[in-house]
Formats: sequence, C-alpha cells, structure tokens
Amino acid sequence: MDLFEYQGKQYFARYGIAVSPGDVADSVDEALAVAERIGYPVVIKAQVKVGGRGKAGGVKLADNADEVREHAGNILGLDIKGHVVKRLWVERSSDIEKEYYASFTLDRPNKTHLGMLSAQGGVEIEVVAEENPDAISFLSIDPVRGLDLETARRWVAEAELDDPAREQAAALLVKLYDCYTQGDCDLAEINPLILTPDHTVHALDAKVTLDENASYRHPEWEEFRADEFEDPREKMAKERGLNYIGLDGTVGIIANGAGLAMSTLDVVNQVGGTAANFLDIGGGANADVMAAALEVINADPKVKSIFVNIFGGITRVDEVANGVLEALKRVTIASPIVLRLDGTNAVEGRAILAPHLNDHLITEPTMLDAARRAVALAN
Amino acid sequence: MSIFVDENTKVIVQGLTGGQGRFHGLRNRDYGTKVVGGVTPGKGGTDVDGVPIFNSVREAVEATGATASFVVVPPKFASDAIIEAAEGGITFIVCITEGIPAHDEAVTFNRLVEDFPGVRLLGPNCPGIISPGKCNIGITSGDIALAGGPVGIVSRSGTLTYQALHELSMQGVGQTTCVGIGGDPVPGTNFIDCLAAFQDDPETKAVMMIGEIGGSEEERAAEWIKHNMTKPVVAYVAGVTAPPGRKMGHAGAIISGSKGTAQAKMDALAEAGVHVCLNPTEAGSKMVEIVKGL
Repeated sequence: MDLFEYQGKQYFARYGIAVSPGDVADSVDEALAVAERIGYPVVIKAQVKVGGRGKAGGVKLADNADEVREHAGNILGLDIKGHVVKRLWVERSSDIEKEYYASFTLDRPNKTHLGMLSAQGGVEIEVVAEENPDAISFLSIDPVRGLDLETARRWVAEAELDDPAREQAAALLVKLYDCYTQGDCDLAEINPLILTPDHTVHALDAKVTLDENASYRHPEWEEFRADEFEDPREKMAKERGLNYIGLDGTVGIIANGAGLAMSTLDVVNQVGGTAANFLDIGGGANADVMAAALEVINADPKVKSIFVNIFGGITRVDEVANGVLEALKRVTIASPIVLRLDGTNAVEGRAILAPHLNDHLITEPTMLDAARRAVALAN
Repeated sequence: MSIFVDENTKVIVQGLTGGQGRFHGLRNRDYGTKVVGGVTPGKGGTDVDGVPIFNSVREAVEATGATASFVVVPPKFASDAIIEAAEGGITFIVCITEGIPAHDEAVTFNRLVEDFPGVRLLGPNCPGIISPGKCNIGITSGDIALAGGPVGIVSRSGTLTYQALHELSMQGVGQTTCVGIGGDPVPGTNFIDCLAAFQDDPETKAVMMIGEIGGSEEERAAEWIKHNMTKPVVAYVAGVTAPPGRKMGHAGAIISGSKGTAQAKMDALAEAGVHVCLNPTEAGSKMVEIVKGL
C-alpha cells in the first residue's frame, strides 16, 4: 500500500523522525485554519500518489490568508496525471540550506537491505543515479544485524553530508531504518531531507510503501485504508478480500494464482482481446470467493465476457465449480462466462458443471481455446 | 536423476494436523513420497492417518531420519518453523506459505545463510518440488507430472508451474524435476541455483523456465545461462501486459519505473540464446520440438 505524503509523515512521526509542523485540509477554509494555527509562511501541497506535483502546480508557497485562499482553491480539484486532488497538506515553510536524499528498500538480488544516501537531494534520485552515480552512497545492511548509530555516522561522512548535519542525520537514519523494518515498509524514502540555516535536519517529504503481508501486526494501518483506492471497482474488490487491479478492457478475468492471472491477461491480449482487470482469487476458491469475484466483475459496465482460468493446486477445481454455481444462484451475471478448468480434482469439477452448461456458461479444454472464445464473445 | 530430492528423501510435514497440511501432506504420501512424520507442538504421540506426529522437528528427525521438511503453517508462524527445521537437522525445507512479511523473509534467509550454510530453503510462497514418480513435496497435483525426463522445469509462479507440467505431459514429454521457486521478494532458492543443478544432472537434457515481471532474477539467470549453460532452455515470462507500479498479486511482481518489465527479461533471455516464447502453450510446443530433436 502506497501512502500519501501526509500519511507518510504521520508514520515517520511515530518513529521520532522530525517533520515540519502541519496538518491536512480538505477545503479552503480548513487550509486557512491550519495556516493560521501553524503560522506563515506555509507550503500548500497536493496529496496525490504520483510524482511531479510541483511541476503540475500542486505545491505553492503562501505568505498570508489571501494567498492560502487562492492557492488552496486552485490546487483542490486539480488533475495531476489523472489524479484529482481532494486533500491538501499545509505545513510551515522551511528555510533550506541544503537538500539531501535518504531511503531504505530491499536489495532483492543480494537479499539484504539497501540504504541510499546522497548530498544531492531534491531532484529525482533516478536522475542522480544516471548522471552522477558517485553522488549516491550505497549501504548494504544485513537484516539480521540491522543498522547501528556508529555505522550511520560513517555513512553520513562517506556521503559527504555537511558537517553541521552529520550527527542529526545519522540519528535520523537509524530512526528511518527502524521505521522501515519495524514499520514493515517496502520503501521508506525522504527526498528532500533538509538542513536548515539554523542547522536542524528534518524530513520535508515522505514516500512510504507498506508491505500488505505485514498488516496483521499493524492495526494502526487501518486509518490509511479509507483513502487507499481511487478506482471504485478496486475499493469494492478490497472490501471483499480480493486481489484485484482494474484495467480498461472488455474481458473480465478470474484466475487462481498471480502468475496464471498475469499470463491470462497476456494470452487474452495475444488473441486480440483486452482484459478488464487482473483478479487472483488465490488458493481455496469457495462459493463466497467466487461469488464476490463475479460480483465485482459484473459491476464493471465495460465487461462483455468473463474468462475464469483455473489450474488447481491448493485450489480444488470441484470447489471452484461449486462456487461458480452457488454464485450464479446469488448474483445475476450479465456477461457469458467461459471456464477453463485443470489440475487438482478437475475431473470432479467438470462433472459438477456439465449439467449446467449453456450459452452463458461455457467450458473450453485449454487456456488458449478459452481465451479465444472469451475474446470472440467480447468483441 | 532428479535435483534436490529423490525416491529416498524422507519428509516431515510441519503443520500436518492443519487442514491444508493434512490434505497436501497425505496427498504427497499417497503419491509415493516418504512422508515419515508430522510436527505440531502439543500433539506429539498422535497420528494423522497413520503418520506419527511429533512435538518438535528435532524429535521427528531423531525418530525418523528425515532430511526434508514441508512447511505448511500460517504466515506469522512460518519464519519460526523454517528456523526450527534448520536447527532440528533438516537440510531441505519447502515452505509453501503465502503472505509472509518481506522483512521476516529477509531475516530468515540471512539467518539460514549465516548459521545453517548447508540448508536449502525452497520458497516461501511456492508450489514446492516434484520429481515425477519419486517424490512430491508441496501442493502440486502429482497426476499432471510425467516421469522419465528429460526436461527440468523451474518456475517463479505456482499455477504457471502446473501449466508448464501440463503442457509437456499432455504431449508425452516427461520431467526429471519441477521446482517452483515462488514469487516472493526473497526466495530461498533462485533460478540460478536450479539451472546449475539441472546443468549438472545427466538425465536433464533441456530446461523450461517460467519467469514473471518484477526484480532482476530473470536477467541474472540470463547472464548465468550465457556463460554456463550448455543445455537448451525454453522460457516464458508472464506479465507482458502488466501496468507499471501495480503489484500483480505476488509481492515480487511489480514493475518499478522501467525496471522489471517482461520485455526486458525476454530480451535478456533471448540474448543469452534462450528460446523465448509468448505463452505457456507456445513454450510447451517449443520444448516438445527440442526434445524430439535430441
């Protein structure tokens, strides 16, 4: 789950990472109230989960109430790369002497954690990595041992952060690492991390991605979920516990397993169709799961046919078949359903469906055949 | 021959008394796998359909001589179960558990590397390993595999592993071993581990590799194949149509920026001399053609 900047800053604050004083605002009046409370000048920042906010006019400085009204009014409702701004973050403006970059993420090839630190922050780190790779100091961290203050001190020196910033930055990096590990982040990034003229160091932005697999031990993540989805289909799927991603095509997809679901999208595409969604029902597709999956896809007006692609492993095909029949009793599905069933208990599953097959419930022997049929029905 | 397991491999099941553990553990036994025990703390002395249950891995290993373990426990217990297996003397651990936090996986992997260098972990979040006719540890349906070789399969995706087995078996082409390495960000066993084992296995004559978007394991495998692999490799990479920035189910399957795309992986593999195919069926047909020409 990607967090908005304001959520990331709230998450940072839990781990003692210094951020600018500020608050969220959903209207011009709220923005004004926040500004009056924290004091001018303030920065008004669009809360969208996409980069390039500044260039799009989504970040503005305001010195007084009139400017807050003007900028907050302009930014709310602004469309930034397809994301409409509904919420603002208003914070005290900081004087900046230097901008740094800091992040932690998983180094997948080496199976360790990777810290990246640069004295050249404020711009996209990909650009720095491309144009001046020596400006980034990489630190490989053994997940068993973690990051201690001594190592962090050597690291800030190696990255050539300015002298007055080093001690505070080292302490902040240890906290950021704690946030990354204890807070179960896939990514914890600060860009820019700033040094002010009076020599304090704090985070001016926050980019945090949380690892959904760890949600069972983070009840505090609940508050982030309310605003998680912009796509109503994805919101509906999430409420039903489904792993769904909305796309723009006409063939609704239900598959078991992420790889097979991805492959189903690919094959539908190869035979001339377009997928309306990615939906992995995972292992154990009982009637409730199948009914929920069909319901979500049925709610998508673009869908013209539904391709159910099941290769049983831990999922048992007879359960899937019963699930489909049960689901059809509960929900009226507008589009024809094409099923391909193989794997664990496939013979039993096909036998269960056999008496119910008609021109709205069709089986095909292979994945490719089923894809062609579903695409033909959709086109 | 087979890789990592064979007909003599003795297996215990951590979680045999649970619903999934019972179903798949007993199915593995019925396939012919030497399932010699189960481990559930507090249930030692009982049995599941004749398979004795022990309180700890150590007890189970001492009593049965098992060298492999099938871990089928919920995510919050999986890391401890893996470490317990290693401490108890198991050298090959298959963990099918889906949904383990990435940080736990990173710690567990590195603990194994540092404290138990002789232990191999397969998974987590993988379908397991099957050497047709010899041994099946995990959740793969044994009837879709065909004994006799000559193809080795390695796959990052569970259901696509079955699809790959199915495509070959339907056309009468058998497998030496099929390894599902799983789609999580920190897999215990990677493509290169399996490719190297297949390269060294005299009965494996060709390898089918199933990749997916995210990470750079396919690119690394391509580099390895280029310099070390003399046997033909057929590859399929899932997710050509996947949008960037969205996790496609697997925690590891995400295109970040321009990195991790299916196209980049396919290009790297093709450049290494791998036969790259556009869907599992095409990959199956290509492999049948290669096997006929051997």
